[in-house]
Amino acid sequence: MEEETEALEEMERELEEMRECYRSGRTMEASWRKSQLKGLLRLLREREEEIFRALHQDLGKHPAEAYRDEIGSLIKSVNYALDGLKRWMSGNKAKLPRIALLTTAKILPEPLGLVLVISSWNFPIGLSLEPLIGALAAGNAVVLKPSELAPECSSLLANAIPYYLDDKAVKVIQGGPGIGERLLHKKWDKIFFTGSARIGRKVIAAAAEHLTPVTLELGGKCPAVIDTLSSSFDRKVAVQRVLGAKFSFSAGQACIGVDYVLVEKKFSSALVELMKVVMKKMFGESPRESQSVARIVNKHHFLRLRSLLLDPLVKSSIVYGGSMDEESLFIEPTILMDPPLQAAIMMDEIFGPLLPIVTLNKIEDSIEFINSRPKPLAIYVFTKDEPLRRSMVSKTSSGSIVFNDAIIQYLADTLPFGGIGESGMGRYHGKFSFDTFSHQKAVVRRSFLVDFWFRFPPWNDHKLQLFRSSYHYDYLGIVLTVLGLKRTNRASKGI
Amino acid sequence: MAGEDKKQQPFDSKAASSLVAELRGAFASGTTRSYQWRESQLRGLLRMTDEHEQDIVAALRSDLGKPELESVLYEAAMLRNSCKFALKELQRWMMPEKVKTSLTTFPSSAEIVSEPLGVVLIISAWNYPYLLSLDPVVGAIAAGNAVVLKPSEIAPATSALLAKLLGEYMDSSSIRVVEGAVPETTALLEQKWDKIFYTGNGRVGRIVMAAAAKHLTPVVLELGGKSPVVVDSGINLQIACRRIIVGKWGNNNGQACIASDYIITTKDLNELETFYGKNPLESKDLSRIVNSDHFTRLTKLLDEDKVSKKVVYGGERDPTKLQIAPTILLDVPRDSLIMNEEIFGPLLPILTVDKLEESFDIINSGAKPLAAYIFTNDKKLKEHFVNNVSAGGLVVNDTTVHLAVHALPFGGVGESGIGAYHGKFSFDAFSHKKAVVYRSFMGDAAIRYPPYTNGKLRLMKALLGGSILGILRALFGRS
Repeated sequence: MEEETEALEEMERELEEMRECYRSGRTMEASWRKSQLKGLLRLLREREEEIFRALHQDLGKHPAEAYRDEIGSLIKSVNYALDGLKRWMSGNKAKLPRIALLTTAKILPEPLGLVLVISSWNFPIGLSLEPLIGALAAGNAVVLKPSELAPECSSLLANAIPYYLDDKAVKVIQGGPGIGERLLHKKWDKIFFTGSARIGRKVIAAAAEHLTPVTLELGGKCPAVIDTLSSSFDRKVAVQRVLGAKFSFSAGQACIGVDYVLVEKKFSSALVELMKVVMKKMFGESPRESQSVARIVNKHHFLRLRSLLLDPLVKSSIVYGGSMDEESLFIEPTILMDPPLQAAIMMDEIFGPLLPIVTLNKIEDSIEFINSRPKPLAIYVFTKDEPLRRSMVSKTSSGSIVFNDAIIQYLADTLPFGGIGESGMGRYHGKFSFDTFSHQKAVVRRSFLVDFWFRFPPWNDHKLQLFRSSYHYDYLGIVLTVLGLKRTNRASKGI
Repeated sequence: MAGEDKKQQPFDSKAASSLVAELRGAFASGTTRSYQWRESQLRGLLRMTDEHEQDIVAALRSDLGKPELESVLYEAAMLRNSCKFALKELQRWMMPEKVKTSLTTFPSSAEIVSEPLGVVLIISAWNYPYLLSLDPVVGAIAAGNAVVLKPSEIAPATSALLAKLLGEYMDSSSIRVVEGAVPETTALLEQKWDKIFYTGNGRVGRIVMAAAAKHLTPVVLELGGKSPVVVDSGINLQIACRRIIVGKWGNNNGQACIASDYIITTKDLNELETFYGKNPLESKDLSRIVNSDHFTRLTKLLDEDKVSKKVVYGGERDPTKLQIAPTILLDVPRDSLIMNEEIFGPLLPILTVDKLEESFDIINSGAKPLAAYIFTNDKKLKEHFVNNVSAGGLVVNDTTVHLAVHALPFGGVGESGIGAYHGKFSFDAFSHKKAVVYRSFMGDAAIRYPPYTNGKLRLMKALLGGSILGILRALFGRS
């Protein structure tokens, strides 16, 4: 108990030091922000091999996957932030009506202060550093708590960050749920959380104690709707993209990965056959030896995924794959055809390399299917049918919707990346990252020279009429009233 | 309609739950999404305000003793302007925003589509009960949502008027009013909303956010704080004082979230009081204190030992009429009650400091306020203030006017709130900005897919690096 109090006090001291550092104004300088971003760039370039090793150790990722999803994506984002920083920091002029003589108005972004970034284990480097880019660009002091379920990556970050960044203003605090809990109850100026909806609720509940704004990047069951495509070229591309998005991103352990597929009954068997062909090409005869499938992060999740297949009705729906090895935490990319909709595999976010295919009578039924479930982080639709496209956009709701591909929205700096409803709140990437860690402060400057005398009491009808005209931007009306040429406009008698 | 039901049965959890279910059904039917519906509802609000202006004035007089001009100006006219601005811009706001795409997603096109969140809850405050109830509703409707409005019970005449008028003028399949106090609000807060918009104080703000947390509901909280006014020397004191006076006592007798809470000035400005001495506010042009709870709260602030001798102007009060005169206090101690909570009333303490720069530390050592004001002609001081004082909004050489600028986001930071609204910010507050990407089936790169090889790694590095030369080199096996 005493140890606990001591640990809490130590944490509070560290945080207070960081707040002092923030108050000194250091992190607000453009030069500081630039130096931090450049520091991140150097970290990513100089520690590349180490990062590959850590990702391979924690998740069995091949360097190509690691580069594509984490290192490369981060480098792109840092460069984008460096490029935009000056522009973003300068804010925007706000348009004023002409009546506002000798007045200027502007929206000036300012940092929030000391922010907490909690990241998840599936893209442990990417999901830690991507929010960090925004927080630093916006001029904040930052505490990063990486996921303990990716321990090598967590260690790497804890070692590298103090070396490449300003260690008085940016700290990494490692630990599990206990540390996470302690951190959540401190006072932050913002909390940015990536993870499950269950913990997301805890985060926002803790934030409510201090009225701390939050961004929650959660998950959901992201569907891939595959329309009946006539061209065999299109079919092949669609299948490649869906299977790639499912199995080659952290073995399906991705919040924007494809969770399940929706397809018309009459197209389903052709689709599955094509999938089998492409699977062989991507993963070979023995997927375990292919080095192209990441492994399951730990035993807990392995057992969770295994239990999804225990239900005999689910098991019998497997049409490809299905083998597992507990020792190496490996699950073979697996396809299932129409497992029961009440089974856990169709109710919870799978977060693993199991791909259920759900058949429908008409492809338009996919809209109702999706809408009867919590709003996902992303919806993927493979179609050339224009009316279907329009329906999907206007009738479904999700963080994002992508046509004829999957996951690539993650790389777009100009698109907001975030969820809605159960899949999250808030957004980031590109300038949205900067904005999410900023307060947009309204600033109005007035001159002493111009005032409208009718602003001040004592009140009378004359002044009231002037106000009415002002609010209507009825400049002529103002002039006429002042000259006594416009009768005051009263709707009733009295007072 | 809602008012009648209240007499018959209490509005409990079950009633709240079936209300939400009903509105979800209405929303799902798609009614609220069309431009026509949104436009007709906004016009309804406009007509309602125009046709019932006198009823609104009467309700505000009953609830707050609000002078007619303040009601017409700060409530009716501002709400009208809000509606008109939304009507003017609505089509543009509803249009998807095309965005540029880059080499990493080539070839593709993308846009950001605004869609309504669904069914939203708006809880409003008592001090500007008409405006603060309907201004958020304007945003919610413009964005295409179904709305439940819960007006403040501390302004009962306005609450009843809103229930009656909205029932008459608006589409009640999708827009409803629930009147009531804590039990009704609690029942509402238990439900799952797609957004909750709350205007009020920090204590209840926390309760709202905690309730929202259970359902992962995003919130906007428009709270308050102690909005300071820093007054420099070498300025036109008369104009400054007039602006401060009207911003304080001309705004519901100080019961406004952005009213000047206290003044910080240097010792050589004690003549401030002589100007206030001539202030024209000794008339019935002043709101009364809203109720006896707040009256008692304010008199306690005045009567505290440390502070009671510091009154230099005013101090009179009439408990039967719930009136407190405009009151100025000089040199109050920093640890007095009046300096440690939002005053929200007609008391204006003045703090004196040796150097004006000290005022920034004083302000920054407290919770971030909703607004902060400075009167100065000193350019450096202005810049220092703007860059170093954190508040929802800042005004140089005036007070409160930023409220009326549609192009500025109105909201707090830290203890003064989360989120913002007004103008397009209202539309955005009640919208989900959905990213939409269109890709063709062409333009695929084998390097995207397994089997992963080192060759693919090289190519990928080059592609993500974005340099054509790098790509060519990788393609030809060198890097």
